[in-house]
Amino acid sequence: MDNKLQFVDLAASHGTRVHKPGVEHFEYSYKAEITNLYSLTATEKLYQIQIVDPGERKKFTFLPGQFVMLELPGIGEAPFSISSSAIRHGDLEFCIRGVGKMTNFLNRVKRGTTVGISGPFGTHFPVENMAGSDILLIAGGLGIVPLRSPLMSVLENRSSYGRVDIIYGAREPLELLFTYQYEMWKQFDINLEIIVDKGDDKWSGPVGLITEILQARIDNGTANDFRKNTYAIVCGPPVMFKFVCEMLTRAGLPMEKMFVSLERRMHCGRGKCCRCNVGSTYTCLEGPVFDYWTVLNLKEAI
Amino acid sequence: MIFKVFQASEIATLFELLSVNRIVGPIEKGRDVNDSPLYDFDVVYDFKDLALDYGQTIHSAKNYFLPYRENLCTFTFEDDAWEKDVDFGAYEAHVFFGLHPCDINALNKLDKVLMGNNYPNPFYGAKRSNMFIVGHSCTPTPSCFCHSMGSDSALSGFDLFLTLMEDEYFAEIQSSRAYHILENMETREATHRDHLLFRKASSRKRSLFKCEVDTSDLTKILDMEFESEVWRKWGGKCLSCGTCANVCPTCYCYGVEEEVNMDFSHASKVKQLYSCNLLDFAQVSGGHNFRPESSTRLKYRYYHKHRGFVEAYEESLCVGCGRCGNACLAGITVPEVIASVRGGEK
Ligand SMILES: Cc1cc2nc3c(=O)[nH]c(=O)nc-3n(C[C@H](O)[C@H](O)[C@H](O)COP(=O)(O)OP(=O)(O)OC[C@H]3O[C@@H](n4cnc5c(N)ncnc54)[C@H](O)[C@@H]3O)c2cc1C
Ligand code: SF4
Ligand code: SF4
Ligand code: FES
Repeated sequence: MDNKLQFVDLAASHGTRVHKPGVEHFEYSYKAEITNLYSLTATEKLYQIQIVDPGERKKFTFLPGQFVMLELPGIGEAPFSISSSAIRHGDLEFCIRGVGKMTNFLNRVKRGTTVGISGPFGTHFPVENMAGSDILLIAGGLGIVPLRSPLMSVLENRSSYGRVDIIYGAREPLELLFTYQYEMWKQFDINLEIIVDKGDDKWSGPVGLITEILQARIDNGTANDFRKNTYAIVCGPPVMFKFVCEMLTRAGLPMEKMFVSLERRMHCGRGKCCRCNVGSTYTCLEGPVFDYWTVLNLKEAI
Repeated sequence: MIFKVFQASEIATLFELLSVNRIVGPIEKGRDVNDSPLYDFDVVYDFKDLALDYGQTIHSAKNYFLPYRENLCTFTFEDDAWEKDVDFGAYEAHVFFGLHPCDINALNKLDKVLMGNNYPNPFYGAKRSNMFIVGHSCTPTPSCFCHSMGSDSALSGFDLFLTLMEDEYFAEIQSSRAYHILENMETREATHRDHLLFRKASSRKRSLFKCEVDTSDLTKILDMEFESEVWRKWGGKCLSCGTCANVCPTCYCYGVEEEVNMDFSHASKVKQLYSCNLLDFAQVSGGHNFRPESSTRLKYRYYHKHRGFVEAYEESLCVGCGRCGNACLAGITVPEVIASVRGGEK
């Protein structure tokens, strides 16, 4: 008898280009083109990136708050939040800060460069459950980037939501992102309050910390009904969302109605490399969007 | 399950029958200062080299199904365009001859993470689907604590499991492939006496453990003791070298890097097994490190294995093979760490 064990070919596409969904989809990336890119500030650029194949582009769906792994072949791959509207499918926007090897390389590429995109990955902000309620969006620094996608979704369905407020803080006026869109947001009856740590000659707005604006609003008492009818999305550095979420909790906002997006190192986005673990929770699978109750229960989250 | 019995000496025949395939098994690699043999898994070409009476190998066999370094894809550049090629890196079936229950259980645990519902990993899956496993009974070494972790017996995840009883092997057959291979050998049906002998062999094994871990309420205790001083004590000893993850049969975390070749015609994306004890494991761009102290990294390793995995799968990710403790230059062992975290209960 022949005792040679038969080779089991797990993926029929073994050794060839991988195009099929299923297990062989693991390393699959959509080819996507950087159709446009421009500087928003000295360190951040906006990238408009379109999945090249029209069929794939249309089929690509995501929910606000999810991220993709963006790959520059030979340079690196890293997670980025999708910052565009979900109704635009695979016609995506990202706002990326140059901080390291891959992001600084991205900073230098030309319009027309082809990159790889895989995903979308992770959890999302449950904007659908927020219908009928007031929404408070609080962003610190780059935190406005993941907030922009749920914001778009609110704008697109403005009548489904009550009062919508944005409180946005940055270190200095020159670091403010999406300045060209503020007027448009206001036309949707969005109340936008901006505060900077340090003003400049041209700055006439408030100077201080986000928490000061929030405290004034809580003390005022008329603006939001935190106990009943409000959802909050808080994005920013860990210290910031910790303070903000604690304040909101004290003001009566239930912890399960407060959402944050955590940032961790990620090398796969698929629950395999463990780099993103907080305590023992995978940020890429069970996050990046968590409600505050869950975050409080995660060891070493903040 | 089907049970058979065959003469202990017949195992050489089994090896010969399987040797048309590549066989990986325990072999003696050298001797330590006390002239005790050091074992590791390697490709075995000759039955004489197969050290079935090994205590524990230094490394697990994971390099064969979870390679330390693996190509995830290759990019080919042409002008401004690129193509991506993916090869899961499995080309032939391998026989694993002589795995102990701990290592079979380790594979079953890895399957849960790597072949479960969330993004099953085809690089692992392709190799895992091509493993023919012949398990072998063992005698606990002084550092083994698999019985505490519920991993001292393999219930599934093998083709054939052989338990040595007196001068015969008791064979548990779990696949038709294994059944058909045994048809080429002299075997007999297992009798009631054999069943009793098998049980005797198991209970003898259980009586030989010298090392124990109390896992009762461990997930909760780890939560309670998250800020405990003992972590700082162990962290102070830990060299953050990552050896523990390197030898562990269930450590699977990794890092990814891309490399471009000299003439810029190709690039590859390479996965390298990592260790959560290494300094930059949780460091993000801008320099912020979520676990800057060796104590927080060491603690995380225990949390993942003994708490997080238990929460997710109702079993620990540690099989109690004792390898990390044997290999650790700082002498950090799982039983001691857990006992100290539990602290003076007794
Ligand atoms: C869910 C999520 C969403 C994100 N969204 C955005 C965004 O919209 N805009 C933006 O500018 N940045 C975002 N980041 C951060 C971004 O991923 C890092 O800036 C980027 O990984 C840095 O890569 P680099 O090669 O330039 O840096 P290097 O420091 O050279 O990175 C080397 C390696 O470290 C890893 N790494 C380093 N920092 C991080 C980090 N913060 N998170 C994850 N992996 C890291 C990378 O995977 C890379 O392999 C996000 C991170 C996460 C986890
Ligand atoms: S526990 Fe031991 S083996 Fe593991 S990293 Fe620390 S010193 Fe190295
Ligand atoms: S943690 Fe140590 S004892 Fe547990 S399975 Fe890994 S190497 Fe073996
Ligand atoms: S990013 Fe790899 S496990 Fe989450």
